Amino acid sequence: MNSSMVIFLKEVRENLRDRRTVINALLFGPLIGPLIFVMILNVVISRQLSQAEGPIGLPVIGASHAPNLIAALRQMGLDPQPPVADPIAAVRNHDVAAVLRIPAGFGKSWGEGDPAQVEIYYDSSRRDTQGTVTRLRDMVTRYSRLTGAMRLVARGLSSALVSPVIVDERDQSTPQSRAGALFAILPYFFVLTVFIGGMYLAIDLTAGERERQSLEPLFINPVAPWRILLGKIGAICVFSVASLLICVAAFTIAGRFIPTEKLGMDLGLGPIFAVKVLVLMLPLVLLIAVLETLVAAFSKSYREAQTYLGLLMLVPVLPTILLSVMPLKTVEWMYAVPILSQQVGITELLLGGSVTASQFGLCLICGFAVAAILLVITARVYGSERLAISV
Amino acid sequence: MIQVENLRKAFGEVRAVDGVSFTARDGEITGLLGPNGAGKTTTLRMLYTLMRPDDGRVLVDGLDASVDPLAVRKRLGVLPDARGLYKNLTARENIDYFARLQAIAPEEATRRREVLVDVLEMRDFADRRAQGFSQGQRVKTAIARALIHDPRNVLLDEPTNGLDVMATRRMRQFMRDLRGEGRCVLFSSHIMQEVAQLCDRIVVIAKGRVVADESPEALREQTGEPNLEEAFVKIIGSGEGLAA
Repeated sequence: MNSSMVIFLKEVRENLRDRRTVINALLFGPLIGPLIFVMILNVVISRQLSQAEGPIGLPVIGASHAPNLIAALRQMGLDPQPPVADPIAAVRNHDVAAVLRIPAGFGKSWGEGDPAQVEIYYDSSRRDTQGTVTRLRDMVTRYSRLTGAMRLVARGLSSALVSPVIVDERDQSTPQSRAGALFAILPYFFVLTVFIGGMYLAIDLTAGERERQSLEPLFINPVAPWRILLGKIGAICVFSVASLLICVAAFTIAGRFIPTEKLGMDLGLGPIFAVKVLVLMLPLVLLIAVLETLVAAFSKSYREAQTYLGLLMLVPVLPTILLSVMPLKTVEWMYAVPILSQQVGITELLLGGSVTASQFGLCLICGFAVAAILLVITARVYGSERLAISV
Repeated sequence: MIQVENLRKAFGEVRAVDGVSFTARDGEITGLLGPNGAGKTTTLRMLYTLMRPDDGRVLVDGLDASVDPLAVRKRLGVLPDARGLYKNLTARENIDYFARLQAIAPEEATRRREVLVDVLEMRDFADRRAQGFSQGQRVKTAIARALIHDPRNVLLDEPTNGLDVMATRRMRQFMRDLRGEGRCVLFSSHIMQEVAQLCDRIVVIAKGRVVADESPEALREQTGEPNLEEAFVKIIGSGEGLAA
């Protein structure tokens, strides 16, 4: 039997006996992503829906000063709540989304035909209340326009007089694209699960073996170091692929529990999506396995390797953050950058777009090329005489 | 047979091995004696090709270690200073792993393994996982896996380190048996009694150099000290780092 195969089989077998590795690689790693994802989406979607459609309940101060206004707002979906003593404090403390205050002078101004003022207390830095505040403002504006138009008509003038230009908005967004930001995080979970799935093995097979003093005896066998490396990388890949498979399967199942139909959208979380994700992720599986091994080979101890890999784990978040903060147009070169290519490719697939064959090709070729370069470097480190020696 | 010629190895400024030469013959036990930090382990590491010497060469059965390290490794059975086992594998599985890496045919590997399990008295723990093995059980397993390919040359780095009295006695007998089979046995130690009892030839190393290469009798004669302990102290210059 090929010596790389001997090493590969032994590492897989030994690590399947290690409860910690199995739990981390095959349970926590792959399942935590889908779980968090479904929970966040459920909360976000149901909140957005309630803000967009349901009646909005807000405290109104001085409702008695403008009964007609309140009645009109009620019809438009406002549910006036009892007033609060201190509107500023209530908004600052996040007790309420906004407060509508009608000053005592409202009736007098209204009667004299002067602009009557209402006040909306809100906090524009709170993203979660934006929808509510916008709806309230729109209600008041609509009421104001309507009354203004009626006054003009009463004086025999056309209401068109005060609106020389009107805007007709043609929003081209789809439910899919509006939800895009929400789903930008999903590819990261796939990358993360590959990372975690292989991490414990990568540390254990190099830094761990050295710390337990079994690396030196292993290297005394008549086997070239690069063959040992290949066997170990193979074992790491098997665990991270298993982790990825579980994660993708979990997402496919979890997709059923995301109330996407309420947003009027259809997530592409089917089997075809799963297969395409796996193909896009393949180069990353090898690349991450090699990278983790390289880091572990440089570390002096298990703990040191853990620290470095913990920091390295944050690197794949960068494209996720980048793309969700400033959504860039997806351009061809992005498919040539490992991690970024998975990010844009999976997001594209998820939102119902398509990834062309050449984009797949670019992602695979560049990903494997980078992995191969790292593999050569790691093989060199494995060949150095310091690697095996403990202490 | 192992021939070492003028080996040198430096780590930065420190000359760990500074011109070591000796020969370990078949059918003899050669002891590498020296205080802690004398360069014994580094010398052995160059012998089993884990480290590359800065200068000098190593011949194992006439093969140059720097030319064909893999062929040399096939001819060596090594118990290194590091003797970590795979804790989630049983003793037998640990041995089998090395048998496969040595590319031994499965039936032959099984036969050899069972011989070693018998000789090293490993029967009662051979199918237990290495997690929780005693020091003695660990050393036995490490020796069994090192000798699974029936090597002509056996290198043992401080083989009795950490063993109790009974285990040490058995280990010494085992080394005599290896010699009886005509093998070349080279072991390092900092324990004088052990070296005096076992060795046909003693190579004394201090500060990276060979300071004596004699039979125990010759060593006593050379120094004029009837007591071997005094002889060593005289050769090395101080008794520091040696144990009786």
